Amino acid sequence: MENLWDIIIVGGGPGGLAAAIYGARAKLKTLLIEKGKTGGQAATTWDMENYPGFAKGTTGPGLMQAFTDHATSFGAEIVRGEVVDIAAEEKTVTLKDGTKYHGRTLIFAPGAVPRTLGVPGEAALRGKGVSYCATCDADFFTDLDIVVLGNGDAAIEEGNHLTKFANSVTVIAIHDEGVLDAAPMLQERAFRNPKIKFIWNSTLQEIRGDGIVESVVLRNVKTNELTEMETNGVFIYVGTIPLTGFLKGKVNLDERGYIVTNEQMETNVDGVFGVGDARVTYLRQVITAAADGAVAAVAAEKYIIEEEGFKDSVLAEKRPVAVVFWTPMDSKCLEMMPSIESALSGFGNKIKTWKLDTYRNRRVAARYGVTQNPTIVFFHRGQVAARLVVTEITAAAIDDTLTPLLN
Amino acid sequence: MIEVHKDNFDQEVLQADGLVVVDFWGPKCENCLALMPDFQRIAGLYADKAKFAKLDTSGNRRLAIAQKVLGLPVIAFYRGGEKIAELGPSECSAESIEAKVKELI
Ligand SMILES: Cc1cc2nc3c(=O)[nH]c(=O)nc-3n(C[C@H](O)[C@H](O)[C@H](O)COP(=O)(O)OP(=O)(O)OC[C@H]3O[C@@H](n4cnc5c(N)ncnc54)[C@H](O)[C@@H]3O)c2cc1C
Repeated sequence: MENLWDIIIVGGGPGGLAAAIYGARAKLKTLLIEKGKTGGQAATTWDMENYPGFAKGTTGPGLMQAFTDHATSFGAEIVRGEVVDIAAEEKTVTLKDGTKYHGRTLIFAPGAVPRTLGVPGEAALRGKGVSYCATCDADFFTDLDIVVLGNGDAAIEEGNHLTKFANSVTVIAIHDEGVLDAAPMLQERAFRNPKIKFIWNSTLQEIRGDGIVESVVLRNVKTNELTEMETNGVFIYVGTIPLTGFLKGKVNLDERGYIVTNEQMETNVDGVFGVGDARVTYLRQVITAAADGAVAAVAAEKYIIEEEGFKDSVLAEKRPVAVVFWTPMDSKCLEMMPSIESALSGFGNKIKTWKLDTYRNRRVAARYGVTQNPTIVFFHRGQVAARLVVTEITAAAIDDTLTPLLN
Repeated sequence: MIEVHKDNFDQEVLQADGLVVVDFWGPKCENCLALMPDFQRIAGLYADKAKFAKLDTSGNRRLAIAQKVLGLPVIAFYRGGEKIAELGPSECSAESIEAKVKELI
C-alpha cells in the first residue's frame, strides 16, 4: 500500500518529536505530520529553564529545533499538513488537502492552544495588541505599557520575560493580594521585578481600541467595580484547550476534550496512542510530553511486532497453523516444548508452527482466550479451528486435531 | 519578492500601482517562518497580477505599529495607498492567503 507507515504521528511538539526520535531510532518507518512549524507550544516560550540538562543557555525555539534535528537525523520524515479526519480502526489520517496516509499505528500529539477569554474586543484586537504569545510579539512592545492577564506559571513566566522589552507589565490577578498560582520561584522573581505591578481581585471585562489596543476595562471580582486603564498591549494566559476536535467520536476523550489513555499511552482503539498536553495527565510540560512520546513509540513498536507479526504469519497463512502459546518462564512449558515440537514437526511443510510467548504477547493471548501455558490454538484460513490446553496436549491429540485440517 | 522597510515602504507599497501584498514577519515568530515558504510560492504564482513584499518587523517596529500590526504573522493587502484587507495571526494560512489574493486581483 502506498503511503503505508509503521508509525504516523500527528503533531510536532515535544511529545510528537520524542515519539519520532524513538520510532525512527527503532528503525520503524516513521512519519510526523505538523500543520505549522515543529516545536509546538514549547517553541512559543523563550525561557526554558526546567528541561533537564539545560539550566542555562537554551530557549524554547532552540530546544525544539534540537528535537526536530534529532528526529530527522534518525530518519523520521516530517511533512507539513493539517490532519482533519481520521479512521481509527483503519489507521488512516486525512489532511486538509485530501492527502491520505495509512499507518500500522497512530500516535496523536496535537497538544493544546491558548484558551481565549471571550470578552468584547478580544477577537477583534487579536494581533492589534492582544496576544497569547510573548515570544512571538514581545518586540512590538518595547518601551510600551502592557498588561498580562492570568496568575499561573505561564502568565508569571511570560510576564517576567516581557519586562525585558516593555516599560511596565501589569499583572491582572484574580486572587487576593499576594496570592498567585504560579510556582514559588516564579512568584518571587515577579515580586522582586521592579517593572512588574499587580492588580489583585480583578479580571478583564473588555478590551477597547480603534484598530489597536488603547485600554482595558477591569472588573474587581469582589466589588464588581469597573475601571478603565490605558495600555498598549494585553497578553492573555488563562489556560489552554486541547486540539482534539478531529478526534471526537473516534477515540475516547474526557468531557473537556482530553484524550483518555492508559499508562502505555494506549487509547481505547488498538494501536492508537495519545501523548502530551492533549492527554488526561497530571503535569503538562516539555519533559512529560517527551516522556509520553517515548512510551507511546515503544508501545507502538511492540504492538506492530505483536499484531502485524500475528496477522502476517498466522492469519494470512494458507496452510493450517499450530500456534503454541507458551512462556519460557514456566517450567511446565519448558518440559513439554520438546515433545510438542517433535509432534508438530512430523507434519513437515504441510503445516506451519508459530510459537508465541504469552508474556510478551498478552494482547493476542487474551484475544484468543488463552489462560493456561502451554495452549495450542490451531488456525485454518484465518479462523480458529481447534485448541488443546495444557492438560489435553499429547502427540496423539495433536495428530488427531491436525489430520482433519489437512484435507 | 521585494523587502520593504521604513525607508521604502511609502514608495514600494503606498505609492505603488495595483495590489500590494505585504507579509509582516519577524525572526522570532515561528508561525511566520512556517508560513514563509507558502507565501513565496503564492507570490510566484501571482507575480504578474500583484506585487508581493515582506517586511521584517524586528527592525521596523514603528512602521509596523503605524500600520496597526502588533502581532504576527499578518498578511496585509494594499491598493491605492490604503490597506484594503488583512489576515491576522489566527487567520493566516496558505489557503486563506491564496483565496484573498484571488478575490482581490
Ligand atoms: C507560554 C508557555 C510557556 C511554557 N513554558 C514551559 C517551560 O518553561 N517548561 C516546560 O517544560 N513547559 C512549558 N510549557 C508547556 C509546554 O510547552 C507543553 O507542555 C508542551 O509543548 C506540550 O507538548 P505537546 O507535544 O503535547 O503539544 P504542543 O507543544 O502543543 O504541540 C502540538 C503540535 O501539534 C500540532 N497539531 C495540532 N493539531 C494538529 C493537526 N490536526 N494536524 C497537524 N498538526 C497538528 C500543533 O501545530 C503543534 O505544533 C509552556 C507552555 C506555554 C504555552
